[in-house]
Amino acid sequence: MSDAKINIVEAPAGLEGQGFFATSLDSLVGMARANSLWPLPFATSCCGIEFMSTMASHYDIGRFGAERLSFSARQADVLMVMGTIAKKMAPVVKQVYLQMAEPRWVLSVGACACSGGIFDTYSVLQGIDRVIPVDVYVPGCPPRPEQILDGFMQIQELAKNESIRRRNQPEYKALLESYGIE
Amino acid sequence: MENVSNQQIIDALQGQFGEEAIYGIAESHGILQVTTEVEHIVPMLHFLYQHPVLKFQFLTDLGGIHFPEAKGQELGVIYHLHSLENNVRLWIKIYVPIEKPEVPTVTGLFATANWMEREAFDFYGIIFEGHPNLIRILNVEDMDYHPMRKEYPLEDATRDDKIDELFGR
Amino acid sequence: MSEVALVNNPNVGLDRTPKSGPYVNELTTLNLGPTHPATHGIFQNILTMDGETIVDAEQTVGYIHRAFEKIAERRPFYQITTLTDRMNYCSAPINNMGWHMTVEKLLGIEVPKRAQYIRVIMMELARLADHIICNSILAVDTGALTGFLYVYQWREFIYEIYEELCGARLTTNMGRFGGMERDLSPVAMEKIKKILAELPAALKEFESMVVRNRIFMDRTQNVGAISAERALNYGFTGPNLRAAGVDYDVRSLNPYSSYEDFDFEIPVGTKGDTYDRFLVREEEMWQSLRIIQQAMDNLPEGPYHADAPHYYLPAKQEVYRNMEALIYHFKIVMGEIDAPVGEVYHSVEGGNGELGFYLVSDGGRTPYRLKFRRPGYIYYQAFPEMIKGSTLSDAIVTMSSMNVIAGELDT
Ligand code: SF4
Repeated sequence: MSDAKINIVEAPAGLEGQGFFATSLDSLVGMARANSLWPLPFATSCCGIEFMSTMASHYDIGRFGAERLSFSARQADVLMVMGTIAKKMAPVVKQVYLQMAEPRWVLSVGACACSGGIFDTYSVLQGIDRVIPVDVYVPGCPPRPEQILDGFMQIQELAKNESIRRRNQPEYKALLESYGIE
Repeated sequence: MENVSNQQIIDALQGQFGEEAIYGIAESHGILQVTTEVEHIVPMLHFLYQHPVLKFQFLTDLGGIHFPEAKGQELGVIYHLHSLENNVRLWIKIYVPIEKPEVPTVTGLFATANWMEREAFDFYGIIFEGHPNLIRILNVEDMDYHPMRKEYPLEDATRDDKIDELFGR
Repeated sequence: MSEVALVNNPNVGLDRTPKSGPYVNELTTLNLGPTHPATHGIFQNILTMDGETIVDAEQTVGYIHRAFEKIAERRPFYQITTLTDRMNYCSAPINNMGWHMTVEKLLGIEVPKRAQYIRVIMMELARLADHIICNSILAVDTGALTGFLYVYQWREFIYEIYEELCGARLTTNMGRFGGMERDLSPVAMEKIKKILAELPAALKEFESMVVRNRIFMDRTQNVGAISAERALNYGFTGPNLRAAGVDYDVRSLNPYSSYEDFDFEIPVGTKGDTYDRFLVREEEMWQSLRIIQQAMDNLPEGPYHADAPHYYLPAKQEVYRNMEALIYHFKIVMGEIDAPVGEVYHSVEGGNGELGFYLVSDGGRTPYRLKFRRPGYIYYQAFPEMIKGSTLSDAIVTMSSMNVIAGELDT
């Protein structure tokens, strides 16, 4: 492994001197969060298979610090909803979201999760944003693994730049309240 | 194989159940279809199952259908049988009125009919009498209509971004 | 332990029923799914457990019911191909071709030999892709992740071949009524040759890791077994039925798309357990490779689609240059072409078994009724019977070897 190139994340902007480095807590926490996001794959249908590709050796989502899939909602940071969510499933999505601890992000992958996709039918939820707030939408039916990775990097970007107090702000509370989440 | 002709099946069925019980005889790309009365369906499937030559022992599929125009026979059930030994297929159709859509279950003969009948119930509201667990299977429990009937719309009623003008309606 | 336990699971000699302590004679209820990672799609099983032994299971399905059959009644024929992709998305081209053949049967279109051969190649590639996923995920469920990473690369490679032919990876929407939308390009030929040359080595490697692996064998042999009679009664088809010892394969019993031209064998199992299902799928992959090889060797010359301008969507270049093509394009896309009245049933050997299309046409632009016979939906009913008396971990392995696919199951 001697010739392997190891990428190290760049340090956030800060004040550097001999033997010390000063930066804001926000950006330090953001950096740490962004590079070790644990996704919870909520794969229901076709898009879930593309997620499998994203996970496998070809595309390897592990390169973005998401090596560790967290199948337990309690420890996950990103909820990746991939595939059609039927109305029967909607309460389950919400339940899983509620089980996640803050800070939590939601990545909606595929036309179905974003808007119901080609299934404008009586049984399909017309977009998961009707039950939970969504941070990043990835369009496509199914999106290519590159797109899923891109969506994931957007989440990283959000995590990096998020103030650690955001989740305590009244705006955020109001957002959750509009979804009926306490 | 292929030594069982469709005529043979018709003869066997008519011999057992009488000429007037078997009608609507037609053929579609080699597959025979017959129509029969509701009261005959279970004995007929048993008869075909146990028949020493025909051996229709595989229920390929079972599905409902809705013809709103056909008064008194609005709902139909189509049984797709397959005799694996002879490689012959057969469709049996029955029709029931929509006010009283009652059909006897065939789960006693084919275990696979269980979910197929539940699906037909879910989609068309056909009541399979004697079914061990006739509840909705694909749709949510508290749905109050049977969505595959022709009069119900496909679209999700909760959407308000679909403006009729934009869709040329 | 109940009676069934002994039948299903003779070599798991451990009696896991607690003999003392607070849980003696106490049944627990365990909810498995619908989001449990090991349930492969979203199915819910409410298990009644006696210690580690499953006493009873109750299934709930329909968590991604998308109303395909209702949509199909509102869409012109050619738009339904898009729906069929999304049924068994592990082997989408088989679904596409099955639907195309159904409509061709209704319309009475004769497909040229070359198109039929290309279809066979694509369908067998799809079968490979399907079985690769099913078997490698079964290995993952027994704890062998490496195998999955090895063979999954070849699935990616099959995607590349799809892309050559239709531009999409997963939801392929491949082909047209009357043939293929484009011919096999030289690149596609190259890639198919490459897969024929190199996949065997990868498969062998995978097999050498798994097939005689003690852990794998212990986890899968005599687990989730079903007898041939029960399997037939439950309407099993495909690899799951063949593992139980019935050699029913639509490809040989009712050949379609020139399957009668090819020489291949139908592997059957003896016990119908998880290990047999695994081996049958494994062998089917070898047979698929054989079929592809034969099709490539004997690929006939000639057109790649039928001369059926009323139904065959013309190529885009033609539409821009050729008046007639433009007219047909318009008519087909606007759904102004009516189909004849009739009823047809056509079935193909899908990844999981007999995939049937029962189409009733009343002469309009859309089907009057379209019923999909989805193998997964039909055989998943037997799951409680297959896992009764086994342990929870066996239930997971059984489910993964049955290859139930949520999209296909719930339509
Ligand atoms: S967006 Fe397309 S590929 Fe993804 S789940 Fe929906 S139908 Fe399937």
